Amino acid sequence: MTVLLTGKKGEQHLLMGNEAIVRGALEAGVNLAAGYPGTPSSEIIENLGLVAKDRNLYVEWAVNEKVAAEVAAAGSFAGLRTLATMKMNGVHVASDFLLHLALSGVRGGMVLVACDDPNAHSSQHEGDMRYFAPMLEIPLLEPGDFQDAKDLLKWAYELSEQLRSVIFFRSTTRLSHASGQVVLDELPANDRRAEFRFDGFILDDMTGIVMSLPINFKHPQLQQKIKQAADLFEECPFNTYTGPPNPEILVISSSASSLYSIEAIHLLGLEGKVGLLKLATTWPLPRKLIQTHLAQARQVLVVEEVLPFLEENIKALAYELAGDIGAKPIFGKRDGALPTYGELNPDLVAGALSKITGAPLPQRPDSYQQRISEMIFFGAPARDITFCPGCPHRASLWSIENVLQMDRRKGFVCGDVGCYTMALHPMNFGSLKTAHSMGSGTGLASGFGKLGRFGMDQPVLSVCGDSTFFHAALPALVNAVHNQSNMTMVVLDNSGTAMTGFQPHPSIEKNAMGEIAEAIDIAKVCAAIGAEVALCDPFDVERTQEALFQLIEKKGPKVLILKQMCALSPEKKGFRKYEVRVDPKACLGEDCGCNRLCTRIYRCPGLVWDKPNKVARIDEIVCAGCGVCASICPAGAIHKVLSENDKGREAA
Amino acid sequence: MTPLKFDPYNLVITGVGGQGNVTASRLVGNMLSLLGYRITIGETFGASQRGGSVKSDVRISSATTFSPQIPKGNAHMIVAMEPAEAVRVLGDWGNPEVKVICNMRPIHSVNVICGDSEYPTPEQHQQWITDLSRQAWFVNSTEEAVKLGSPIFSNIILIGALAGTGDLPLERDLFQTVIAQRLPADKVEKNLVAFDIGRAMTAA
Repeated sequence: MTVLLTGKKGEQHLLMGNEAIVRGALEAGVNLAAGYPGTPSSEIIENLGLVAKDRNLYVEWAVNEKVAAEVAAAGSFAGLRTLATMKMNGVHVASDFLLHLALSGVRGGMVLVACDDPNAHSSQHEGDMRYFAPMLEIPLLEPGDFQDAKDLLKWAYELSEQLRSVIFFRSTTRLSHASGQVVLDELPANDRRAEFRFDGFILDDMTGIVMSLPINFKHPQLQQKIKQAADLFEECPFNTYTGPPNPEILVISSSASSLYSIEAIHLLGLEGKVGLLKLATTWPLPRKLIQTHLAQARQVLVVEEVLPFLEENIKALAYELAGDIGAKPIFGKRDGALPTYGELNPDLVAGALSKITGAPLPQRPDSYQQRISEMIFFGAPARDITFCPGCPHRASLWSIENVLQMDRRKGFVCGDVGCYTMALHPMNFGSLKTAHSMGSGTGLASGFGKLGRFGMDQPVLSVCGDSTFFHAALPALVNAVHNQSNMTMVVLDNSGTAMTGFQPHPSIEKNAMGEIAEAIDIAKVCAAIGAEVALCDPFDVERTQEALFQLIEKKGPKVLILKQMCALSPEKKGFRKYEVRVDPKACLGEDCGCNRLCTRIYRCPGLVWDKPNKVARIDEIVCAGCGVCASICPAGAIHKVLSENDKGREAA
Repeated sequence: MTPLKFDPYNLVITGVGGQGNVTASRLVGNMLSLLGYRITIGETFGASQRGGSVKSDVRISSATTFSPQIPKGNAHMIVAMEPAEAVRVLGDWGNPEVKVICNMRPIHSVNVICGDSEYPTPEQHQQWITDLSRQAWFVNSTEEAVKLGSPIFSNIILIGALAGTGDLPLERDLFQTVIAQRLPADKVEKNLVAFDIGRAMTAA
């Protein structure tokens, strides 16, 4: 039983930022939560799903972020407290609905938790979600540490119900996936009843029709809410100042950046000169609070990730206030004191403070620094990310790559978002020639497949995952079929939203709460749309290549479903189907003529090159026992036998 | 609360995706949290785990919450589940006073497997790590874990080894309490054996 449920008031627990957010939602008495998996946000819905029964919640993995926001909004319109979660990409997906939702307003408290990923640790861009706040006109809150992550979320529900507005709550990787201590509060009774009222005056917030029109009424009403939010933010207890009363430098920061700022001030020993204003309410800004602190400081440094969002808003405010407080130098990203891309860290912030104050940066001894630079290159060989041992994607991409090479018409693959995006990299076959947002590979393939009339005769493929198929690839496939585009969509079906931790999706027979759900068959959907469909096990390399070869020869829209469960799935992890070994006598090594197909080309991490003996060898700790390499070796030197544990599993 | 040798004490746990980094940092964090220390753990997971280097920053303080990223050159202890990863972390976070516990079982990266990069010999790794640290322990936690029945015990052995150095107050009963919160009773005993094996590797 999780401490998120059993933890009592006053107890202190080490929680991951996302767990603190979950506890905050539970302490706020949230009734309904919906989201779409995406690093670093996924653990929020996962953990809420685990406690759904005990707390009488409805928790859903929605088909995509727009629908997640809609499901959460429905609960709010019926008077419940609701939560929608997503990574920053999802805010873009949901933004069409959110723009309307800002204007229509909400009833029960609704918070949208969106997690940014500065430095794109597990993303394909590092878009700064905060700009949506002014664009959609929705108040923005950012927790500064782990305790804030819980308490500020609770506060967000109060705010949402005061303003009748959805609230943006932004976290980042270094808060969501970091851990720190959190003191718990109590969990309230949870007995809200849902009822959707529409019988009142048409424009009444709580009993009328929920809509964004008429615009000349709703838009000024929304802007009045934003003014009210700015007033409430003046007294927000999560905006805190620590430091001397008249600091030489005022650091204004938010989110994980405020932790880097604390550390940087400590590193340089500047506690007596530098003050830190940690802002939890980053849009709209509380004017008087900012004015008070700007007036007391000589210079200002704004520390934030990723773009100069806060800096620009503070500068605009400082310009308006200049008559009262004078012009203050404000440093940040626009002057180059801090970078406008990537994530920050204590060293970058200390560097900026050191430049402004002249305080020396602590350095390693020169002799140590020199020895390090000599050793690091040889001592730590590059470790590019790659498909895991036993990964079905490696086998699938191998077959795709081989078929395209044999076909010789310069065929190519359009990709999207998932572990298979790694196939962009030459280290992982380099088969993908485009990679954009969820489902975009299939949308692009639909377009490329219509370029025949302009002379293009290259085979066009797209890949997408099973969760991505439903999220955004489905409309693209409908488009391809309707327009009879010449393309082949390859669905890499590994039985779950694998990259983010095996969350269920519409073709899985369970939901976020562990209940039985209706599973939708991808092959049947594709066939019903009118595409030609084939289904293979990617571990059967020969059949897969044959099937794909036949499909790309044909005109029109086709779908190949390659179905094999992810090697890291809870069902598979730790079980080896085959014991695999290399017969060192049969392996001909560099003399084989295969150009070390297994290690130099296929490159599964479970197969290593035994340099002294000049043969391939299985790393028995790493090998997952999928047995695919046995079908690749032209010398027949790789042998597989059904393993004991697999026999045992079959017997059980 | 015993005063720490350094406050904050900066512990790095590093390895390759799938070796149990996240579990190890959580266990150590939970143990010290029970003693009343303020803990901050920084890590990334998701795509970055797929065969790549992983690193957890564990900040331990008797006073306050620190940043989830340790400032460069400021590690006090590096626990490495893989030797090349020990060197990689030393590159940015090492200093003449750092201590290192290093599991010597290599995991070849895809760059090494395909022949683009060379993997150093164990002797080279030991020499470099010794040269770049104040004290280093080279252990075979993977080998010992396999003897116990599965390589997954390697991270627990390394936690034991960390406890054995005496740098942090990681007592055995504390480990028992924390592991018993996470695992069913029948699995606790083997983890305690693993912890003890590790502790014996570094205990003076």
